[in-house]
Amino acid sequence: MSVVLAAGGNGFVAPGPADFEFPPVFGFVTKPMLIVVLGAIVIAAFFYAAARNPRLVPGKAQFIGEEIYGFVRNGIARDTIGAKEGMKYVPYLVTLFVFISVLNLTGIIPPILFPANSRIAFPLVLALISWAIFNYIGIRRQGFVGYFKNMMFPPGIPWPVYILLSPIEFLSTVIIRPVTLTLRLTLNMFAGHLVLMLCMFGGAFLLGQGGLLAVASIIPFLFAIVLTFFEGFVQLLQAYVFTLLSALYIAGAESEEH
Amino acid sequence: MNGTVDILGNLNMIGYGLAAIGPGVGIGLIFAAYISGVARQPEARGMLQAIAILGFALAEALAIIGIGLAFVL
Repeated sequence: MSVVLAAGGNGFVAPGPADFEFPPVFGFVTKPMLIVVLGAIVIAAFFYAAARNPRLVPGKAQFIGEEIYGFVRNGIARDTIGAKEGMKYVPYLVTLFVFISVLNLTGIIPPILFPANSRIAFPLVLALISWAIFNYIGIRRQGFVGYFKNMMFPPGIPWPVYILLSPIEFLSTVIIRPVTLTLRLTLNMFAGHLVLMLCMFGGAFLLGQGGLLAVASIIPFLFAIVLTFFEGFVQLLQAYVFTLLSALYIAGAESEEH
Repeated sequence: MNGTVDILGNLNMIGYGLAAIGPGVGIGLIFAAYISGVARQPEARGMLQAIAILGFALAEALAIIGIGLAFVL
């Protein structure tokens, strides 16, 4: 029976990269763009509501806002960059964390169901901002020559190793860092969304076949539910990883030796 | 029905599956070390967690680059 299904004209078509392309809603504006604008509005409104009327005993919104801010400030900025130097970068890191989290979580929030960060443009811009910031800080702190000297020629190594080490260090800092930041976030969201789509489309297809196959559709739907929770966890984890790596790169540029 | 099986699809995905073994083993080792570290010294959990997630992210980058190339190439 399965052979007939696969050979039939209306067989199951697995979701692929084409499912991440959307027709424009109006003009050149597509669904991911609208999600980003909506996300930015929601974040701004939430933090405005949280910080508008601060009380000694916080309300719900203020408590959540402070928890997020405190998590990034203590868990990321203070632990990686330092208690004194790290505080300057807390606003950027909090913005990064919240923005990426919300754009990832749109993948499992029912009416939207598309992680905006699975389109490479958005993580790319965020990674380029982080890249520009840590290079700017490094050049300002250590001087243009000093920054590249500290990066490419770490002291305490026999000189022949530099022939191999210096190009690798240069490539890894200047080119590979932003590329991996972008790809990690994009492809995590891409792969996660693909697996969720596969479960849901597969379940819907089996349900449409009727009979015993319709009963079997319970399995993919069950997987879809479990994977939705797992995906939520991965989405928050990736937002944390992106922020943590940005903070580590800033910390490396901030200190003289690394 | 003449004894042959037609399989459609992209060979890249099999290559990706093989390539994912390496990062999979690496991530397993990282979290194994993290768990035993926390078991020996529970108060170091916060510090170890950041290091473990950093190592996880770096090892996972290989798998992620692999799936990217599997779709692109």
